[in-house]
Amino acid sequence: MTERPLPASASSVIGGGNGEAAPSAASPTPRDETAKSAARKAQLAAWAFLAPVVIYMAAFYVWPLVRNLDLSFRDYTLRSFIDGTAEFIGLDNYVSIFTDVAFPTALRNTLVFVAASLLFQYSIGLALAVFFHRRFPLSTTLRALFLVPWLLPLLVSASVWAWMMNSDSGVLNYFLETIGLDPIFWLTSPSWSLTAVTIANIWIGIPFNLVLLYAGLQAIPEEIHEAAAIDGASRWQTFWRVTFPLLRPVSAITLLLGLVYTLKVFDIIWVMTLGGPGNSSTTLAIWSYRLGFGGGSPQLGPAAAVGNVLIVIAFIFGLFYIRAQRKALRS
Amino acid sequence: MRRQRNWGTTVVGLILTAIMLFPLYWMINVSLTPKDQLRADPPPVFPTNPTFEGYSKVVYEQLPYLGTSFLVGLGTVIVTLIVAAPAGYALAKLRPRGGSALNFGLLVAQMIPGIIMAMGFYLIFNSWGMLNTVWGLVIADSTLSVPFGVLIFTAFMMGIPNELIQAARIDGAGYWRTFRSIVLPVSRNSIVTVSLFAFLWSWSDFLFASTLNRGGALQTITIGIYRYLGNNTQDWNAIMATAVVASVPAAFLLVIAQRYVAAGVTAGAIKD
Repeated sequence: MTERPLPASASSVIGGGNGEAAPSAASPTPRDETAKSAARKAQLAAWAFLAPVVIYMAAFYVWPLVRNLDLSFRDYTLRSFIDGTAEFIGLDNYVSIFTDVAFPTALRNTLVFVAASLLFQYSIGLALAVFFHRRFPLSTTLRALFLVPWLLPLLVSASVWAWMMNSDSGVLNYFLETIGLDPIFWLTSPSWSLTAVTIANIWIGIPFNLVLLYAGLQAIPEEIHEAAAIDGASRWQTFWRVTFPLLRPVSAITLLLGLVYTLKVFDIIWVMTLGGPGNSSTTLAIWSYRLGFGGGSPQLGPAAAVGNVLIVIAFIFGLFYIRAQRKALRS
Repeated sequence: MRRQRNWGTTVVGLILTAIMLFPLYWMINVSLTPKDQLRADPPPVFPTNPTFEGYSKVVYEQLPYLGTSFLVGLGTVIVTLIVAAPAGYALAKLRPRGGSALNFGLLVAQMIPGIIMAMGFYLIFNSWGMLNTVWGLVIADSTLSVPFGVLIFTAFMMGIPNELIQAARIDGAGYWRTFRSIVLPVSRNSIVTVSLFAFLWSWSDFLFASTLNRGGALQTITIGIYRYLGNNTQDWNAIMATAVVASVPAAFLLVIAQRYVAAGVTAGAIKD
């Protein structure tokens, strides 16, 4: 799945403005029966237009989730594929994944991967947003070019990075050697593989952070900066004392959206390292995929259980995101 | 207000952009490098002696994959538009009771990790006999773009003047007629934006393709690249050539349709 952030959901907050539809021009007078039935008709029409999306959501979001939840409580074997029956085994799948040696590693890797990705994506994105906010010749064109990595298929980006990080013929090691450093076994050394996939993920995430934070900067009125300059604040002071605090709602949304999407990252790691060597770059998403579809006999029950752990983590932070968005809308 | 031409900053900007886009340059460079120089030390940093053997391989071996991805992309666009456009209209203009709950649901839907959706779809398609079909993939891929589509359509259609819709109603047009003859034509830009992103995401999908369509006759381009990676790791120029070709829709989007991309990104700011 393309773990693409959807900036619109956040930029609609940044753009603010048209949150609510205008109040209706003619409110129905209470004694007017026809107005009442017209209102009822309008509701009916509204839900008729919503019917496709409601049916769609029930069939293609809710139902897969329910099946997945059900699956995590069952012993799904090869026979189950044919006759569709699978024994109910309660929490056994969860017990087996929590006691698996891979679990602490996958959890730790997920946290490190997410935290490092967010830290660098955000700070590089913010620095670039401030840079492009200065407006210089060609700035619009260059900013558009920065979007390219975000639009590319993840599989493409991942395979390019995989070749650049090839330990014998990769261009990164060539650079390291030219400046007199030892080559790094990016993808084949257990101590480097997580770093390697994190670097690729940071590269992919920078455009998204840049776009949102740039939009946030533009929403801050120019006069505020001018006022700070008149008061004798240096650029550096203005940024940390004025701009950065004003940017906080946008920063919160950017980071939380980034977090929810980074938790899901699968393609990049799978293509670059398959989660290896060993479990050294295995995250929860990778582990779940490997259990279910990674070859060998599919262990769909445990795979679903790992997936549900992931979804709980995603939803907890998702709630923080929704709260941050509400806050930003109110301000 | 400083208005001097700041070319020094432009130079810094160019350098930063060059660093950011270096992997793309490298992809193109490797795709043109002859096979025997791929593992040369130092690696050829400029394709002085370009070869198109990688690209001819793409033409001979990857065309069916590209065709499938195109087909799945088109299907995804159609499903997304059919589901999202009416929903956007209702949420923007008809003020349904319970609309905000629906919005919340769509927001939550975007947070579900793909691997969970893939597993759920796997079981469902298994019992419906839809594994390894293009239609199954179309449905799964559309779950990536429907929430985004509803969001964009809602934001855009909120900007359509109420008078325009009321005028149609006074002229006797029903809800459906108003939607079809007034709202949809006015929303052309947002239709393009949603279609482009729906296509791009479906085109880029690897997770659903690799789980729901493992043995199907029609395979997507992402699977094509993945198989190259697995099978012949010596042919990096062919892999990179495929990668270049697979990037064409993204490049197209950026060059030809940039204003629609910008519209997608700043949907909330649309005014009139």
